Amino acid sequence: MTPELPAIIESLLFAADEPLRLETLRGVLDGVDTAAIRQALDDLAAEYEKRGGGFYLLEVAGGYQLRTRPCFHPWIRRLRGSGGERLSRAALETLAIVAYRQPIVRAEIENLRGVDCGGVLRLLLERRLIRVMGRKEIPGRPLIYGTTRQFLEVFELRDLKDLPTLKEIRELAPEEAAVESPQETPKAPPGSKNP
Amino acid sequence: MQSTDYAVRVEPIFEGPMDLLIHLIRKNEVDIYDIPIALITEQYLQYIDWMKTLNIDLAGDFILMAATLAQIKSRMLLPVHSDEAGPEEDPRLELVRPLSEYLRLREAAETLAQRNLLGEQTFVRRPEDLPRAEAEAVPVVRIGLFELIDAFRQILERIGPAHQVDLDADAISLKERIAQLIDRLEQHPSLAFDQLFDGQVTRPGIIVTFLAILEMARLELIDIVQHVGTGIIRIFYR
Repeated sequence: MTPELPAIIESLLFAADEPLRLETLRGVLDGVDTAAIRQALDDLAAEYEKRGGGFYLLEVAGGYQLRTRPCFHPWIRRLRGSGGERLSRAALETLAIVAYRQPIVRAEIENLRGVDCGGVLRLLLERRLIRVMGRKEIPGRPLIYGTTRQFLEVFELRDLKDLPTLKEIRELAPEEAAVESPQETPKAPPGSKNP
Repeated sequence: MQSTDYAVRVEPIFEGPMDLLIHLIRKNEVDIYDIPIALITEQYLQYIDWMKTLNIDLAGDFILMAATLAQIKSRMLLPVHSDEAGPEEDPRLELVRPLSEYLRLREAAETLAQRNLLGEQTFVRRPEDLPRAEAEAVPVVRIGLFELIDAFRQILERIGPAHQVDLDADAISLKERIAQLIDRLEQHPSLAFDQLFDGQVTRPGIIVTFLAILEMARLELIDIVQHVGTGIIRIFYR
């Protein structure tokens, strides 16, 4: 194994514009075996953790990608100006239904949600979070929907099996579903408003 | 002052009947597996009346749910025959099943939203906006069906008779082929027509691929264009 393998991989990760797949790495690093590549990736990830700098290595959508640490988002948003529009609750719900129940047709989604989903589906298609996978061979030949690679990338999922397991719900919180995630609260840059 | 009636959009409060139902269950602090159906039905109908007075445009879904509730309520009132045939299923299950499924997925949506979303919590370097080969400036025309069929025939001819072995075991469905092609197009948003046939050496394989391309064009998933100068046909993922 060449001692500088992690550095080579680091350069590839830096230059790549999408999650770098193991197969791609193997192709580029002709002759280096998979175990060594994995080891180098692990070493890099550990190094970034130890350093605690601005970015980290994430395994996502079947590949590896360098991403900025969540706690720096206020600054990056300022750098980039107003970010993309956030997904509405309706859009998120519909997306979750497609993600967990795909392949699925519109009528099935609407059955679950109890409301019309045409507009929301269009929005999700536009944002490339879902895609049409074909038509179901039943009367009316409705479109079949599934999620995209972009969905995995946005929601930091390795693959569809990586989706959080559905919880059985017995009791409802008294008012407003309790949001109990001890998210790291970032120190916002001076003068920035937290959305 | 305007005297015209104004319609209130119901969405921000209760997007659908399910949300209203959940709101009521929550407000009354009852177990969703033991819903006091009479109470909830009564309150549900009150809300509907109230929404009607507010001139809220009620979707048919709300009325349908009201009917379901009323029906369950009446079935609950019927005397229960404890036959040998075993206990009758709780009529409320008809409501509880979709409700709990909906809750599970709603919860999942919330969990997903709390992840470090790309573009919100976490960011990647932006891909450079380099002018790609064959940029938009290249004159292209939307291709007609006949040109497409010509191109298809050329590919079929290229494989020659020797390769035209029908291996039924390998046959894949149109749907699978579309999924495969979309996977490739997601990685390369534009591919030459010929490239879509890479790895297809059998006649059925090529035909299925061609049909898949036609179907995808019909579903408006792809654009098929032809370069005016070279005649090369390219597929663009939309």
